[in-house]
This record gives sequence, structure tokens and C-alpha cells, in this order.
Amino acid sequence: MTPLLHALGVTVRYGALTALDNVDLRVEHGQRHALIGPNGAGKTTLLDVLGGATRAGGGRVLLAGRDVTRLGPAARARRGVGRIHQRPAVWSTLTATENVVVAALPNAVRPGRWRPGARRCAAERTAGAWLERMGLGDVGAVPAGRLAHGQRRQLEIAMALAGRPRLLLLDEPAAGLSVVEVARLVEFLRALPRAVAVLLVEHRLDLVYALCDQVSVLRDGRTVATGTPAEIRASGPVRQAYAEGVSLCCARSGCVPATPTGSCCTR
Amino acid sequence: MRDEAVRALRRGVAVLVLAALVLAPWTVDDYTVALLARTLALGLVGVSVALLTGVAGLPTLGQTAPYAAGAYASAVLGSRLSDVAVVHLVVAAAAGAALAAATVPLVVYARGVIVLMITLAIGELVVTVVGRWRSVTGGSDGLAGVPPVRPVWGLPVLATDRARYLYALVVVAVLVGAVLLVLHTRVGLLLRAGRDDEARLRASGHRVPAHVAVVHVAAGAVAGAAGSLLVVAQQFVSPADFGFDTSALLLLGVVVGGATSVGGALVGAVIVVAGRDWLFGVLPGYAPLVLGLAFVVTVYLLPGDGHRSAGGPGRLLPGLPASPGGRERPAPTGART
Repeated sequence: MTPLLHALGVTVRYGALTALDNVDLRVEHGQRHALIGPNGAGKTTLLDVLGGATRAGGGRVLLAGRDVTRLGPAARARRGVGRIHQRPAVWSTLTATENVVVAALPNAVRPGRWRPGARRCAAERTAGAWLERMGLGDVGAVPAGRLAHGQRRQLEIAMALAGRPRLLLLDEPAAGLSVVEVARLVEFLRALPRAVAVLLVEHRLDLVYALCDQVSVLRDGRTVATGTPAEIRASGPVRQAYAEGVSLCCARSGCVPATPTGSCCTR
Repeated sequence: MRDEAVRALRRGVAVLVLAALVLAPWTVDDYTVALLARTLALGLVGVSVALLTGVAGLPTLGQTAPYAAGAYASAVLGSRLSDVAVVHLVVAAAAGAALAAATVPLVVYARGVIVLMITLAIGELVVTVVGRWRSVTGGSDGLAGVPPVRPVWGLPVLATDRARYLYALVVVAVLVGAVLLVLHTRVGLLLRAGRDDEARLRASGHRVPAHVAVVHVAAGAVAGAAGSLLVVAQQFVSPADFGFDTSALLLLGVVVGGATSVGGALVGAVIVVAGRDWLFGVLPGYAPLVLGLAFVVTVYLLPGDGHRSAGGPGRLLPGLPASPGGRERPAPTGART
């Protein structure tokens, strides 16, 4: 069966530095796929290439069998790629509701059935539903710039989902969230319908093992291993990938890379 | 609560300004009324500048180009077609929109200071063309004796300064109202979102270049319509009406009035232009100097929009990114810094 997302030989160079070197990646329909690796491995760059924000120097990206390599982020979003950024990207002068409405507009109605206001009506309905589901129902009228970090993260997830994605690209969604918020996030991602596939970049291996059914390990711009969480946990590459340059902080829940200063304090 | 108070205050100020504008022709002399009518036309160009600068985030110095196109289209083509001002208005708006549409490819992919430079070049080019194309525009002498017009079919000709002023006031009110109405629909929502974070808008699947192109053409139409008002108000048009100082004044007015507010831009442009005309009388020869100083002071002192971070030119003109990169982005995980 054709995978939902297929990256073939993706290469990105910044001058002398090779950020991604001939990376292959397959994400099946409905799969929860994690991308892990130490800092500087190229995880965010790969997400940028898949989302269309960065043009790859070489290789191809196929979305459900169609070549989207040359398409920009907007065209890919209309084909069902939703993106959640490392730092929540919301429109700060718009209210939370308006944020979700704007995000929902491009895919709010099926083409061909145009009538005045239909698109906005549909988008507003979608927005209300997603805000409720993300627990933001009572801050709908608050400008997004005044929301707390965790709420902005929730809002960006609502925005991405309101755009009816087939594939959700998540870049460290747990970063900066409190323990309670992380728990809620995990619960929410688990409850996502299988119509949505997820590609998750995450440092916290406990989250990765809890959520994903496939893991790829990236190191120095190359995929060094791909497999189920059990396989990855058992094999050497993860430890190896993390061992050089970053120390690991291991607890009962799993191992996380230490902060650049070597501290093991959890975020 | 505070937002509501601000809104009420704004509404109050708007009503007061409108009342003053309606009563003005009965309280001041004819010369001032004629000056006011011309100032209203410039205020409408200010609205088009605000649409681009504050609402869409494209700071512009080139709205004199569609303004000039509208004025000459109105004076040359409109006068041959009909003596009805509304026909002139439509012709002028179409000319402004057409010129803006022709320059869309130049502005639609640029942002910030680069737009400022491109639009400045477009404005200067149009003024040069207008000055050289003697057979049509009368060159630097301009077109004098543009015949008077009637507002709509069946009404008498606008023979007095007061009548011309009131016509300009009605047109400005209608057009500004229309712009405000459109900005209350999802068009306004998309434009504000684009100003906040354009990359995010693209990541949601919106065709940002198309949005920018539509606003650019719409702003061109508004500026073109203003050109028609100018011709009605002074029955004369020359390249001197569209110089660089006019663009700079308009941008100053829009910044003073609050770049993100259409009504504020109108008021700001009117105040700055009226200030210039008043200074010409009080300090002959020094008016440009005073206004230049005002510009510098404004740029350094005026606080920006509350939502935006302070520092850099971004606080003054929301459309001007502090760095060429545009929006700040977190360094990739593989930080190459």
C-alpha cells in the first residue's frame, strides 16, 4: 500500500554543513511515528522539509503517492499536512476563536458548493468544537497573545486539527508544558482518530514510547534506525546516538537527553 | 472594561470629527473649504496607505501612483465620457486599480523596507511619466479648467466650493464605511493574521500572495477614487500634487493616526496635511523643515501597537520587520548558531 508520507533521499545543506544526508522516511496512514535523536541531528529541518517550509537540496517527498517536493507550505497544508511548531505559532492579536477560524478556513468546505458565508460558518462551527475539545472553551474571546504558553500550545493544536489534516507534524509539543499539561497532551494525542497520522519530534522518550508505534532515530542528518519502540529500546543506536555529545538522564519512565549544560533537571 | 471604554471614546471622537466636518463649510471661508476638500481627498489616499501599511503590513510610499492615475483618468477620460462625478469616480477607481494590478508582481513577494523602496520607485516613475506625457497630461503645467461636474444624473452642477466639499465628504464617508465593513468580514481577519505571522498563515494553507495582491489592488482603487475627488475639488491637476513629499506626509499621517486603524489614518492624514497647509501661511519657506522634524520626532517617540514588541522600526510600522528575516523563528534543534 502507498504510504501516506514517503521521503526519499532528502538532503539539505547549509554551506559546508550537511543538515540532512540522504534521509528516507515512511509514515503509513494513521501511524504514530516518532523522530528522535540528539540536538543537531536534523529533526526540525526534516519536519521543515516535509511541511514545505524548507526546500530540500536533493531527494523527493511524496504525499499519498503524489510528488509534493516542489510545493510550498500552503499547498501542502491544503493537501492535508498540519504543522505544530516548536514555539507555539499563533496570531497574537486575534482571539483564540479567530485563530482557529482562520486556520480552518482553507479546508472548511468542500469545493463546488459555494454560497455566501458558508465557509466562515463552517469554520466557526469547527472552531467552537475544537476549542471545547482542547479545554479552551472559556478563553475563546481572549487575544491569543495574552494566553499562557500551555494554552497557546493547545490553541495551536486546535488550529492544526481544524484544518482537517491527514498528517500532523508535531515539533516537541511537550516543551515548556507543566506535568499536568503534558499528561493532558498525551491523553489527547492518544485519542486522536486514526484518520490522522502523526509524525512527532520529541526528546522525552517516555512520551515517545507511550504514544508511538514506530520510531526513527536520526543522528548527524542520517536515519540510523527505524523500528517499533521495543526494537529501538533494545537496540544500540539510540543509546549510541545520544551518548556522543549529550549525556542521558535516565529514570524509571525512560531516558531523556540532558540539557546542554549537562543538567538532569526535568523541564 | 478598558477595551470598552476605549471603544466608546473612539466612537465619540468619530462622531465629533464627522459633525465638525459636516458643519465646517458654514463656519469657515471659501478658500479654507476648498483646501479642506483637497485635504479630504488626501485623507482618502491616507486610508489606502493604512490598508497597505497597517492592515496588510506592506509599508508604502507609492500610493501617489494610483492617486495620480485616478486623477488624470478622471480629468482626461472622465471629462470626455460624461459630466457626472460618479462616472468619474468609477473611471478613476478603475485606473488606480489597474495601475496597482500592473505593479502587483513587484510588491507581492517583497516585504518590509524593500516594499518601501519599490513603492517609492513606482510613485516617482508615475510622476515622471505624468510630467513628460505632455499630449495627454499637459506635462508639468498640468490640466487646468477641468469642467465642473454634477454628483449624479439629475442634480445640479457642483458650482461652489461648499458643494464640492460636501460631495467629497459624502464620497469619503461612503468609501471609508465600505472599507470598514469589508474589514469586519473574514477578509479583515485574514489580513490581521497575515500581519501577525505570515508564515503561520501559509502553514495553514492560505494563499498569502493572493491576499496581498487583492489588498494592493483594492488600495489602488481607493487611491484612484481619491484622485477623482482631487480633480473635482480643485478643478485642476498637475504633477506637483503627487510628489514625494505627499507620499511622505501621508505615511506620517497614517503613522500618527495609528497605522492599524482606518479611521485613525484618515484623521491623521487630514491633520498632517492641514498642518502643512497652515504652516505654509505661518512660516513661509520653513514648512518642509518643520514637517521633516515632525517625522523624525514621530519615528523616535511614538509608541507602537501594544501587542507588538518594542524596539526597532517594527514598533512604528508593524509591517516593517526588525530584521530582513521577517518573523523570529526558533533556531532548529540542530542549532547552527
